[in-house]
Amino acid sequence: MTSSRWLYLLPIAAIVFLVAMFGKRLVDVENGSDPHILPSVLLNTPVPAFSLAPLPGRPASTAKPFTTDDLKGHVTLLNVWGSWCIACLEEHPMLVEIAKEGVVPIASIDWRDTPERAQAWLAEHGDPYTEIGQDPHSATAIDLGVTGAPETFLVDAQGIIRYKQIGPITPEVWQTTLKPLIASLQK
Amino acid sequence: MMRLLFALALLFSTAAFAVEPGEMLADPALEARAREVSKSLRCVVCQNETIDESNAELAKDMRLLVRRRILAGDTNAQVLHYMVQRYGDFVLLKPRFTAITALLWTGPALILILGAFGWVRVARRGTGAPPPLSAEEAAQVAALKDEPT
Repeated sequence: MTSSRWLYLLPIAAIVFLVAMFGKRLVDVENGSDPHILPSVLLNTPVPAFSLAPLPGRPASTAKPFTTDDLKGHVTLLNVWGSWCIACLEEHPMLVEIAKEGVVPIASIDWRDTPERAQAWLAEHGDPYTEIGQDPHSATAIDLGVTGAPETFLVDAQGIIRYKQIGPITPEVWQTTLKPLIASLQK
Repeated sequence: MMRLLFALALLFSTAAFAVEPGEMLADPALEARAREVSKSLRCVVCQNETIDESNAELAKDMRLLVRRRILAGDTNAQVLHYMVQRYGDFVLLKPRFTAITALLWTGPALILILGAFGWVRVARRGTGAPPPLSAEEAAQVAALKDEPT
């Protein structure tokens, strides 16, 4: 073949390449990779500074603003939730269990909620949280790059975000991903 | 006639927007900038819509945030950068031109040029005169000519 004939193979090569890429993505999605998930750009950066009004009606020790300083000195799970969020309800028993295990404290941000609804929800489903900050207008949620609830950040003792769980924490995620990571960060 | 009018109406309909009157800024110039910036930002919940169009609650909060940043004196580029810092490049509807996206941006033009090149080559060659017959083929033609069909 002349050199110009090779040029006409280029579109075919391009199509084969594209089909391979699409095929790979289809297989990934079939194996559980969600194309809607936005990976966090804040990994290994400090938690953006915040100071949130605490949810009222809880132990007196939490009756002060919940700030980023409260996250320092220990590894923390920072859970973003709301009483309106169905997937959070799904996740909640898992959080209650994690709190019972006592491996790591769970602080949280009550996102786009009212104190009354949040208090009622916690009274009904359990309150595994050490701190709860109110974020009614998504100011802190947007700073954290939150795209939906529930999302949970693993924050180390220096206040650096080490992992972001998008969607509910399942027992599998807890055992295989979060718990080992927490253990290594707590050394 | 009615069908034609209906079709024309559909053709000229514009996209819906979700901005509520309560969100709008008082200054029309600033509000126009806010709309422009909002139309460049992807709603991270309904990911095929801009935050200008999306009815998601988070989109509304992001629209209000865009307006707050503009009131605080940010340029359009600064507001976009503010969002990219928190959500990554994916939040921009127009991908930035980087080494990774260069092929995405230039790909269509490259394919067009390649196609045009190929077309010109084929057009120039044209059908042309067929190559002369070989001795064997000439003999076959002669044989066929001698035989009445």
